[in-house]
Amino acid sequence: MIKIDNIDKWYDDFHVLKGCSLEVERGEVIVICGPSGSGKSTLIKCVNALEPVDSGRIVVEETDVTARGTKLPLVRARIGMVFQHFELFPHKTVIENLMMGQIKVLKRSREAAREKAESLLKRVGLADQAQKYPSALSGGQQQRVAIARALAMDPIAMCFDEPTSALDPEMISEVLDVMVELAKEGMTMMVVTHEMGFARRVARRVVFMDQGEVKEIADTDTFFRNPETDRAKEFLSKILAH
Amino acid sequence: MDYNWNWAVLFQEPYLGWLLSGLQWTLLVAIAAWVIAFVVGSAVGILRTVPNRLVRTLAAAYVELFRNIPLLVQLFVWYFVVPELLPEDLGLWVKRDMPNPEYVTAVVALGAYTAARVAEQVRSGIQTIGKDLVNAGLAIGLTPLQNYLYIRLPISYRIIVPPLTSEFLTIFKNSSLALTIGVLELTAQARQIENYTFQGFEAFTAATVLYLVITLLVVLLMRLIDQKTRIPGSVGAN
Repeated sequence: MIKIDNIDKWYDDFHVLKGCSLEVERGEVIVICGPSGSGKSTLIKCVNALEPVDSGRIVVEETDVTARGTKLPLVRARIGMVFQHFELFPHKTVIENLMMGQIKVLKRSREAAREKAESLLKRVGLADQAQKYPSALSGGQQQRVAIARALAMDPIAMCFDEPTSALDPEMISEVLDVMVELAKEGMTMMVVTHEMGFARRVARRVVFMDQGEVKEIADTDTFFRNPETDRAKEFLSKILAH
Repeated sequence: MDYNWNWAVLFQEPYLGWLLSGLQWTLLVAIAAWVIAFVVGSAVGILRTVPNRLVRTLAAAYVELFRNIPLLVQLFVWYFVVPELLPEDLGLWVKRDMPNPEYVTAVVALGAYTAARVAEQVRSGIQTIGKDLVNAGLAIGLTPLQNYLYIRLPISYRIIVPPLTSEFLTIFKNSSLALTIGVLELTAQARQIENYTFQGFEAFTAATVLYLVITLLVVLLMRLIDQKTRIPGSVGAN
């Protein structure tokens, strides 16, 4: 469903993505891991063209995201995106955050948008926070709102860019629980994360990146038991050691 | 000091009328110029943040041109030079038939100058918003224009209310320069009262007090706007 084909990207003279390729099937959960600066976040932001690529192709359900003239807003509306620092709209209440895209992009009526927003807030356990502003919520709550905001657009796939790395340890599980639930329902997900427990539980495959390259794509079990590359072994030994 | 204090002069005609008329012209110059400054400044400030490099450069050129030349020089250029540069018919009309030429010139000059300063506030407000928050708007499918309208500008304008207050105050104070091209605003009228009555202390005290009252009212108004629009949880919010 998502086909990343040999993409290259430069930040000035820094080669941030080097010939990356990856295919994600419908309903598949993929975890992307690797040391910081390896290009994971950049790769995931290329999928909905928040970062343009310099060469290569990305196709999302028959739509070439990287082609000139592609209506990017329409593509982006179909791919949910969750950011490291939540990025809720600070001047809007929680429920307005969930209604904005539905009304402005999907042209739903206010009533329909509100109904959808309320049911999603209930689903992430925040029905009673609807009228608050984001700043009044904890990090974990904000991230759950951010997931609900993405789901409000009825996305065909969800991208997560280190969704728990800005959270206090005790709030991580409330966000992961929502993501696990989502994965079980069959949502197609690309998740950049260091949460290896999450990867083990729900990921079908793990992608390991280093220095802008996709070094390894393996079934989750294989990756944790017997990683192919030395770099991945080293990485795993460091993050699983404690 | 041998000085005959006579505060009553301020309440005698025609001097009271002069003061009030001066006050009225000060308000008319400053408020009309503020409308221009806000509209033009917003447009220029926004254009400084768009992807197109040529547009950004032109907007930057406007800012540098208007904020780096002394306001008094700009006022004289608008009044004495610009009408000569216009196409002949238009130039003649400006010089002969345009109603209230001093007033119009003062408003345009002050508006264009202050617009450059407002543009910088607007630009910095827009640029304070983090890249990923901008991305969040795009990611739910907003077009770049919608992202400006619903996310970037509403947040920016709320952030810049305090610095805009300073510009709004400054425009009232700067409007006193309009007297150099013959607008009989508050400062000009105070000077005229001094000329006629030799009661300079009283006249300029009255002008000072009136300026203070105006600016304090502006401060109050802007504080009210700030409180009404401030983003909950932002720095300094209650």
